[in-house]
Amino acid sequence: MRLPPVAITAIVFVVGFALCTVQFPNFASTRVAANLLTDNAFLGIVATGMTFVIISGGIDLSVGSVIGFTTVFVALAIERLGVPPLVAFAAILLLCAAFGAAMGAIIHVFDMPPFIVTLAGMFLARGASFLMSTESTPITAPLYSTVSDFALRLPGGGRLTAIALIMLAVVAAGAVLLHFTRFGANVYALGGSRATTALMGIPVGSMTVRIYMLSSVLAGLAGIVFSFYTAAGYSLSAVGVELDSIAAVVIGGTLLTGGQGSVVGTLLGVLIQGLIQTYINFDGTLSSWWTKIVTGILLFAFIALQQAMLGIARRAGPRKAGVLKS
Amino acid sequence: MNAASDPGPALLEVRGLSKSFGTLRALQEVDFTLRHGEIHALLGENGAGKSTLIKAVTGVFPRDAGIVRLGGAEVAPRSAKAAVDAGIATVYQEVNLLQNLSVAQNLYLGRQPTRFGLVREAEMRRRATELLAEFDLHIDVAEPLGNYSVAVQHIAAIARAVDQSARVLILDEPTASLDRHEVEILFAVMRKLAARGIGVIFVTHFLDQVYEICDRITVLRNGRLIGERTTAELPRIELIRMMLGRELAETTSERAAAQARQVGEICARFEDYGKAGYVAPFNLALRRGEVVGLAGLLGSGRSETARLVFGAERADSGSAAVEGRPVRLQSPRDAVAHGFGYCPEERKTDGIIADLTVRENIVLALQAKRGLSKPLSRAEQDEIAMRFIRMLDIRPPEPERPIGLLSGGNQQKVLLARWLATAPRLLVLDEPTRGIDVGAHAEIIRLIRELCDNGLALLVISSELDEIVTYSDRVIVLRDRSHIDELEGEAVDVSNILAAIAAGTTGAEAGQA
Repeated sequence: MRLPPVAITAIVFVVGFALCTVQFPNFASTRVAANLLTDNAFLGIVATGMTFVIISGGIDLSVGSVIGFTTVFVALAIERLGVPPLVAFAAILLLCAAFGAAMGAIIHVFDMPPFIVTLAGMFLARGASFLMSTESTPITAPLYSTVSDFALRLPGGGRLTAIALIMLAVVAAGAVLLHFTRFGANVYALGGSRATTALMGIPVGSMTVRIYMLSSVLAGLAGIVFSFYTAAGYSLSAVGVELDSIAAVVIGGTLLTGGQGSVVGTLLGVLIQGLIQTYINFDGTLSSWWTKIVTGILLFAFIALQQAMLGIARRAGPRKAGVLKS
Repeated sequence: MNAASDPGPALLEVRGLSKSFGTLRALQEVDFTLRHGEIHALLGENGAGKSTLIKAVTGVFPRDAGIVRLGGAEVAPRSAKAAVDAGIATVYQEVNLLQNLSVAQNLYLGRQPTRFGLVREAEMRRRATELLAEFDLHIDVAEPLGNYSVAVQHIAAIARAVDQSARVLILDEPTASLDRHEVEILFAVMRKLAARGIGVIFVTHFLDQVYEICDRITVLRNGRLIGERTTAELPRIELIRMMLGRELAETTSERAAAQARQVGEICARFEDYGKAGYVAPFNLALRRGEVVGLAGLLGSGRSETARLVFGAERADSGSAAVEGRPVRLQSPRDAVAHGFGYCPEERKTDGIIADLTVRENIVLALQAKRGLSKPLSRAEQDEIAMRFIRMLDIRPPEPERPIGLLSGGNQQKVLLARWLATAPRLLVLDEPTRGIDVGAHAEIIRLIRELCDNGLALLVISSELDEIVTYSDRVIVLRDRSHIDELEGEAVDVSNILAAIAAGTTGAEAGQA
């Protein structure tokens, strides 16, 4: 029962890839595939966190700003203050954890809509990054060139970069956490019904805190990856990424109202957006804004599909009686 | 079953439990005793305090006074979870499990078997299958719970509760949405649990089921303990009297005043009016200046009759006529156009609009009747609001106060004012005195009488039989969703109503279909 939405996403991706290959014979190469992963590494990481939030019935609008804040924080710490990169990474991830925990706590304790709380978080993080610096700060630390030089060479000329590997590791770990642990089961439970989950004895408050903490930490990690990708920290980076990641999650078959979804679907949702972008680059004449337009159409199609499937499920009428012997 | 005759040590003891919500005393020094291995019915009409008692015992509400002892040791759970940990589990009518998770996950959520932090899915499913097999339920536990019927979901909820070492199992209206066969299965499960020594508290309004399965009965009314009896020693009419009636002597004197009234001609008539599976077809004639009471147990079809009359549900048989002319009542809008008004039972959710002011709430129905193209001027609104505030003595007399800040009795008066402003010919009141303190209670009753003297026709539903007897000229008695009797004049008294309700209540399950 849980498969179809993901399966449809997978089919859309495969068909899209095939169409691109028909038009551009060079498309089907490990190089394109590896670049797809590298270019969308930060989005894949942040969308994994978003998947947990949305399945639990929430939303996190702050992630784009957290990415921007992270790049500025890391760049300034390394370049201005001379902090070793790894120490700067640890510091920003702790800061993000605290930020996410605070949002989760506010949502739970004051029973406020996640939309509003994380919207406030979005303004706060974006504003704070402008406060630190309004200019783009290049990062020249040796670690950065080491990381960007590192890659697993694939047959056919593709380079599986470090940040692509980080993203794949996050997705894999996220999938295990969501599908095979008590924590993951609780996330689905929260999305099913918050009140019922509480009545079943699940600590709803600490779950909420931990889910938003996870999302913010992954946004911080995405920010670090983004700083590797651009080798700079800039307060205007990753504007609107929260919406891209929500789109990826929904296209990946996760129910926007919570309770159903998967991490693998989200990865496919990210790759579909990347695929459209790559197609536009190959074409060379199209405006890159077509990415947004096609994403919008896909998003609409997927939500319509979900509603249709829910409708069919409801109309299916009497539910299974179960085999009862008395 | 033999627990009835054996007064063994108490499993759960509640002593002197009290709980108030604002000025409303929902529970007053209630005692309750549950023994090992018994099935104990907790009965009472809406608002009697059954749910409040359960929620105060299980820690959903904090209690104002009283103690709860489980197996001799005092317990004071602060949450539903703490109650489960202590050994008191509750299964509500609305199954509190998660439709989107698998049956197995529902049974073991929060306590799944794990290895190295990972849930052992196969092991969990094996255990779930075994657990449900104990309840004679053989289903695929990997399927989402939502794919199964409500009966299966109830049994899953009970299995989860019992597996968490419940010693006391509270079932709150578990059979309301089950068919006869499913009820049998549930009863088999309940008997099995009782045989294991678990105490089962069974809240229901199906009296036949009480007599079928329960060892003892505790009755609450208006937040007070009315009595505790063994089922075998409590005749049905006596039970209904405990649930509905007060002492007869209190009411007879007031009744005299209702006699003298003159009733006018028929203003609304319903013939063979009904809806399949909702209320059996009935004949009902309402006269000017007359109060018709609808009496019956919870679920007998009282509110359903009111909703049909007001067009909130569409009838599928019979005809309606207003002032002799045939009319169609397809929606409340039609009913309002014909001069009907309706104050629903759920005042908070269906009646008042809490954030609007008293004035805005009062003019609402009148404005709706006139249509948006003919707005009432502010001066007219003020005039109407003040007129009714004075007439009904609404306090505080401030038209600009949000209605949510008024007491229950005054909110009810504002609702009355809302309909009176439309100058109706018929007003339907569903439980007009529910949740209202004693002083306001008498005042609402006085108002009902006055309105009637002014030529209004009233159709009133109440669970308080002595109240119905006080103001009704005629009383229609309902049972199992049909009108079974009509009492008029001298015949209107509490014992006659009780007799009519009790007369062979053998078909109570028919109400479930």
